Amino acid sequence: MPAVTETIDAVQSVTEGAYKYGFETDIEMEFAPKGLNEDIVRFISAKKNEPQWLLDWRLKAYAMWLKMEEPRWPAVKYPPIDYQDSYYYAAPVKKAGPKSLDEVDPELLKTYAKLGIPLKEQALLAGVEGAELDGERLPVAVDAVFDSVSVATTFRARLEKEGIIFCSISEAVQKHPELVRQYLGSVVPQGDNFFAALNSAVFTDGSFVYIPKGVRCPMELSTYFRINAKSTGQFERTLIIAEAGSHVSYLEGCTAPMRDENQLHAAVVELVAMDDATIKYSTVQNWYPGDAEGKGGIYNFVTKRGACRGARSKISWTQVETGSAITWKYPSCILQGDDSVGEFYSVAITNNYQQADTGTKMFHIGKNTKSTIVSKGISAGRGQNTYRGLVKISPKASGARNFTQCDSLLIGDQCGAHTVPYIENRCISAKVEHEATTSRIAEDQLFYCRQRGLSQEDAVGLIVNGFCREVLKELPMEFAVEAQKLLQISLEGSVG
Amino acid sequence: MNAIFEPGPLGFLRRYEGLQPRLPGARTPWVQALRDKAAEAIRANGFPTRKIEAWHYTDLALLARTGFAEALTPVDEDVVLPEAVAPSRAVLIDGRFRADLTNAPVRSLGADLSAAEGLLGSVARVDDVPMAALNTMLFEDGVLINVPAEQNAGAIELLSIIQAEGDRPVAVHPRHVIRLGAGAQLVLIERAIGRGEGRYLHNPVIEIELAEGAHLTHARIQQEGAEGIFLSTVFARAAAGATYDSFLLHAGAKLSRSEAYVSLDGPKAMAHLNGAQLLSDGQHGDCTTFLDHAAPDCASRQTVKTVLAGKSRGVFQGKIHVHQIAQRTDGYQMNQALLLSPEAEIDSKPQLEIYADDVKCSHGATVGELDEDQLFYLRARGIPAATARSMLIEAFLQEAVDTVEDETARNALATAVAGWWEKVA
Repeated sequence: MPAVTETIDAVQSVTEGAYKYGFETDIEMEFAPKGLNEDIVRFISAKKNEPQWLLDWRLKAYAMWLKMEEPRWPAVKYPPIDYQDSYYYAAPVKKAGPKSLDEVDPELLKTYAKLGIPLKEQALLAGVEGAELDGERLPVAVDAVFDSVSVATTFRARLEKEGIIFCSISEAVQKHPELVRQYLGSVVPQGDNFFAALNSAVFTDGSFVYIPKGVRCPMELSTYFRINAKSTGQFERTLIIAEAGSHVSYLEGCTAPMRDENQLHAAVVELVAMDDATIKYSTVQNWYPGDAEGKGGIYNFVTKRGACRGARSKISWTQVETGSAITWKYPSCILQGDDSVGEFYSVAITNNYQQADTGTKMFHIGKNTKSTIVSKGISAGRGQNTYRGLVKISPKASGARNFTQCDSLLIGDQCGAHTVPYIENRCISAKVEHEATTSRIAEDQLFYCRQRGLSQEDAVGLIVNGFCREVLKELPMEFAVEAQKLLQISLEGSVG
Repeated sequence: MNAIFEPGPLGFLRRYEGLQPRLPGARTPWVQALRDKAAEAIRANGFPTRKIEAWHYTDLALLARTGFAEALTPVDEDVVLPEAVAPSRAVLIDGRFRADLTNAPVRSLGADLSAAEGLLGSVARVDDVPMAALNTMLFEDGVLINVPAEQNAGAIELLSIIQAEGDRPVAVHPRHVIRLGAGAQLVLIERAIGRGEGRYLHNPVIEIELAEGAHLTHARIQQEGAEGIFLSTVFARAAAGATYDSFLLHAGAKLSRSEAYVSLDGPKAMAHLNGAQLLSDGQHGDCTTFLDHAAPDCASRQTVKTVLAGKSRGVFQGKIHVHQIAQRTDGYQMNQALLLSPEAEIDSKPQLEIYADDVKCSHGATVGELDEDQLFYLRARGIPAATARSMLIEAFLQEAVDTVEDETARNALATAVAGWWEKVA
């Protein structure tokens, strides 16, 4: 993206004087100095050539963050995070494009290969000159976030034909400032919580999607996020707007190469659905969970929230959480429009020393709003897995309906499974149902599988996949296959 | 000294300082140590606010802004007692044990604390249970029931009446200690009744110790006055094979919260933590339970139902904690709420915390109004709407009360439920 390159170069020349010791251009990365203060916020904003209103917005968030306390209520334990010991900006440095894939950094290619990105797309992502894609053949549009800067966007032309905007949020700030300004922070305000405030102050990139009225997005939109540089925090900001009658399915996949140090990830995702619009947001998260001794791993503190603003709108969250040392995440739906629908399907696995405190919040505000929550938690090794969810029904949400099902599966006697649902109902005609079960894999199920020649590990994999089926079937095809593999990989070594 | 003390924790602390030399056990070091520790907890933590997770749904502002005084009831005042619900009963009037009204084989805790040594304070906690700390600091009386091994003590009614006349709010903190020896049995029907329109605080704490194979049926019936504040705490510990079968009924008070801390300490112990809350206009009821599965092969059952009429608010918080050692735990928890009014609010938080893998635990919660289909079914058979509603509500509550096995306790509960429903319907 030449626009971004130019921006970076331009800002670099302006700001180099002040931060001359700050750029670590050793291999392929460019850093802002370590630490967090108002100047860093200004630096990021200047780097991205942002308008004044956005800088002010960031600074306001930073001021709020300073006054906030890190939440202590989740059932997770970790040593205190030194927010001054992290880099808040890291971007791959742009050079003249390589002539072919042979010239691309092999490490980068390896990462892509592990992610299963097709060769042609790899070429494009790596910025090989002359690389082109025939948009018709590949069904997935990818906006890859390599550390902080969106490296490439594919299928742009095809999407543009429909009037769909799919680009990095930095680009959207430049090209569609009016849309960004209208919706940014409208679902997750800057002061929403500690990590959302931090993200609002220092977010570097993320995806922006705009689906115009009545358009059905012709392909699945996908972003591969990953964290690569040592000690860099990731602060993505994703904003998806679905205008009346539109439909979009968005896939988010996350991988991170192995790192020793704990890394912080505090993303914010905002979804807005107008009348009759549908947003389906699917996540497969398999960031580095730390090693078998619990050393290292990603801290995943994410705020995801969707607003069903219009009547009959629908937002559906599906997540498969297998990675990260710590997951703190509650994708939520604000069901404002009458007859709007919120859904949350989740599989969370914790193995070894992983900890997950995840769930959802469903706010029923409009009439006849409906929500469904299906959560499957699997604990193995010394993992701790908590479902925490809120169903809140306001007095005006007559006819509101919620169904919640939380099942936990325990593998081994050193792990924990916890369920903390909150139900707050102020509406007489609402109906709320919650069910939760906790159990382990039954001996007879295992025996049955083993008897038919399956190994212990395959048998567990099979049973776990069955346990998660209700959630996995909600995933788009491409993801469902990957997710099933992931479940098995994540549980490796947990069965003796 | 009939002064009204300043509101809030400070007022209670001041009262403790003034009262200390006259409180039972003032010259007994182990009692004094318990009271001082409790006072320290109050001094350090004050009263809980809604910022504390366990108190998120119940606001103690009403308690914190009321100045309380001591009850001035003469020790031999004539009091008309309600009809007894068990063959023998123990009576407390305004927090004081009344030997003259008691025919049950119990002892006054205020008269002789030495018999409770080793029991009092052995099950209760004060550091993280603020209302138990308040009670421990200020208790003046209560009963001690000690059932020897293998004895069946039958049914005992423990009746506590508070007379709240005028605008002089009183605070009473009765403390009861119940111990059942190995294989002993007891049915305890605890009734808290408020008389008069005035405000008052009734803050009982009950400590229960069940030895191997003991069986306690504990029915708790709260029928406090319209302005009463009822904050009660039960601590129970069950050894191997023991059963704690309890039922809590909230049918009165402006603000009520009952906490139960039950620990299944020995293998094959069993607990029932059932209950019903019947709330009408202006009432706030909170049923909070913590169940510790601390030994293998234990079972627990919990069904709590809430019916809300008028502008009332019901809270249910139930936590089941299964320790790693507690393999083969069988836990079940159900919370249901029925809303009868558009102004009612229910907040429900069932909670499982499980560290053992060979367990069978489940919980469920439902919230809603009367089922339209059921109403239609009855009306189609010629039953008038109001009667049909009544039938369904009664059936909903009956289901809860039916979980109580002991007939005496069940009848006492059913009578109280029927009394409430007559007033509301």
